[in-house]
Amino acid sequence: MRNTLVIATLALLLPAVGFAAGGHVKLEKAKVDLTDQASLQRGAKYYVNYCMACHSLGHLRYSRMADDLGIDDQSLRENLLFGDAQPTDMMTNSMRPSDGEAWFGTAVPDLTLVTRWRSPDWVYTYLKSYYVDPSRPYGVNNVIFPLVGMPHVLGDLQGVQEPIMHTPKGGGEPSVTGVTLTQAGVLTPNEYDSMVRDITAFLTYAGEPSALERRRMGIYVLLFLGLLFILTYALKKEYWKDVH
Amino acid sequence: MSAEKTENLSWIDKRFPLTETWKAHFSDYYAPKNLNFWSFFGSLAILTLVIQIVSGIWLAMSYKPSAAEAFASVEYIMRDVEWGWLIRYIHSTGASAFFIVIYLHMFRALLWGSYRKPRELLWIIGVVIYLAMMATAFFGYLLPWGQMSFWGAQVIVNLFAAVPVIGDDLAVWVRGDYVISDTTLNRFFAFHFLLPFVLAALVFLHIVALHHVGSNNPDGIEIKAGPKGNRWSDTAPADGIPFHPYFTVKDLVGMVVFLALFSVVVFYAPTLGGLFIEAPNFQPANPFQTPEHIAPVWYFTPYYAMLRAVPPMYGSQFPGVVVMFLAILILFALPWLDRSKVKSMRYKGVFSKFMLGMFAVTFVVLAWLGLQPSTPLYTLMAQIFTALYFAFFLLMPIYTSIEKTKPVPERVTS
Repeated sequence: MRNTLVIATLALLLPAVGFAAGGHVKLEKAKVDLTDQASLQRGAKYYVNYCMACHSLGHLRYSRMADDLGIDDQSLRENLLFGDAQPTDMMTNSMRPSDGEAWFGTAVPDLTLVTRWRSPDWVYTYLKSYYVDPSRPYGVNNVIFPLVGMPHVLGDLQGVQEPIMHTPKGGGEPSVTGVTLTQAGVLTPNEYDSMVRDITAFLTYAGEPSALERRRMGIYVLLFLGLLFILTYALKKEYWKDVH
Repeated sequence: MSAEKTENLSWIDKRFPLTETWKAHFSDYYAPKNLNFWSFFGSLAILTLVIQIVSGIWLAMSYKPSAAEAFASVEYIMRDVEWGWLIRYIHSTGASAFFIVIYLHMFRALLWGSYRKPRELLWIIGVVIYLAMMATAFFGYLLPWGQMSFWGAQVIVNLFAAVPVIGDDLAVWVRGDYVISDTTLNRFFAFHFLLPFVLAALVFLHIVALHHVGSNNPDGIEIKAGPKGNRWSDTAPADGIPFHPYFTVKDLVGMVVFLALFSVVVFYAPTLGGLFIEAPNFQPANPFQTPEHIAPVWYFTPYYAMLRAVPPMYGSQFPGVVVMFLAILILFALPWLDRSKVKSMRYKGVFSKFMLGMFAVTFVVLAWLGLQPSTPLYTLMAQIFTALYFAFFLLMPIYTSIEKTKPVPERVTS
């Protein structure tokens, strides 16, 4: 009953605010590895080809991404730059907020920081949680983002998923608790998972390009402070040996 | 060479009391030799203030205080400014670290009775510092212009709107607009830049007062009232040792340990699971989209829990606002609420010890409750703990005067 109430409340609120919550569905672990450059490169390729027409990365520069991901200038220009985009440009697109409102009912969000205000696990689970729902404009809905405005762009690759409905004991509105693949797509489930993981890894990188440098530098800072501790502690001992 | 140096120094000393100041506050300032772990937090508070001012100035070099550019300029700092991510994380971690250090510093004062005569003004200046810190943090939190910046400021400015009669005008006066806007952001930036220097001046006064009355210690004994004469001076307190070099080298160790813990957060958990940087703040401010759950940053949440605990009266939130402000203002009365014969918790009775323990737990529970969405159970808990918070202060004249205290030794113990 409580779950139903939560979902009903969310369902009422969501179209108004265009905001997803769904804390009641367990998120799958994305298990991204930011040191796996090949995965990040594939993620960048998928993102630019499948997502970026609508979702900009307005705080990320092509050249910075290429440097960090080990993509050379020629590959960047040949594979990832479209139209008159230059390497020093931010990864923007030509969607206007009003386009999103006209086509999807809401302005399309920039995703540079999506893994930071949601989480990598959320993004990973979201991309795997679309299901068929004929009542929606694009015929699909999402378990963790009910009444989502976006069509299932990766639907051909993943295949068709039907919802697993759960009717609470003692009646009440049934709710969607999961999905099951009913019609195979171009990719096998494993291939699809790894593609979605690559996209999530790329977005995790995009959320904080300095994350690896941060962790690397931390070791040296802590080693330095460890050494300084030994010295200052010895100094203190030396000075204090005559205090009784 | 040495003679020349002395000559130079005496040239300065005739015009500015350099040697005299150094002696008064460092080499000939006698601090109790039994200071322990708890005394680290004073110098750490100064260190944190310096970290915040320095990192803040460097952030201001690239930050744009405008509603249109603020959010993107923070990301610009995180990505395009050399070392920008480090400076930003130092500043965001520093804000929380400052409050942790100050809360422990204040707890130390409660533990040692450092607010008692003759340190009432020292304590009062300290509470003013705490208020100035909270104002600085509040102004600063709007600057990243994220969702929580915007809606947090909205909630707090609306507290002013709850004041009867003049409330709405007051809120407009604070915002400079009918809504939180570009104008609000600009003035908050101005105040956020100014207040740390006011804070520095207050810290100066705090130290002037401290060095006038002398440092307290875990025993709560006045070393100045004790026997005189030590290795360095015949007139200095026998239980005192010169601040320099003894406490400069000791505080240095404390600072290194603090910086190590600080670095663990900066380099390995800069958001600390959403406590130091709240996740919704990675979305730009959107006046048309209220986040599901608005919670201030953790260091304000005890007061936020109290605000929500008080039910509205006559359709006004004002009683809650009053309770929240009283929770802070009551700190000013502390020196006169404690009627114990002794200062330090070491020699106080079982009631004082129990109440202080309860107060510490209460503060942490209220902080936790302030982070949670309100439910009937949590509201009830917040009401109980708000009552306990005030009970610590309001019952103090009673429990400190009826309890049996232990005899205080003549000299400090180690």
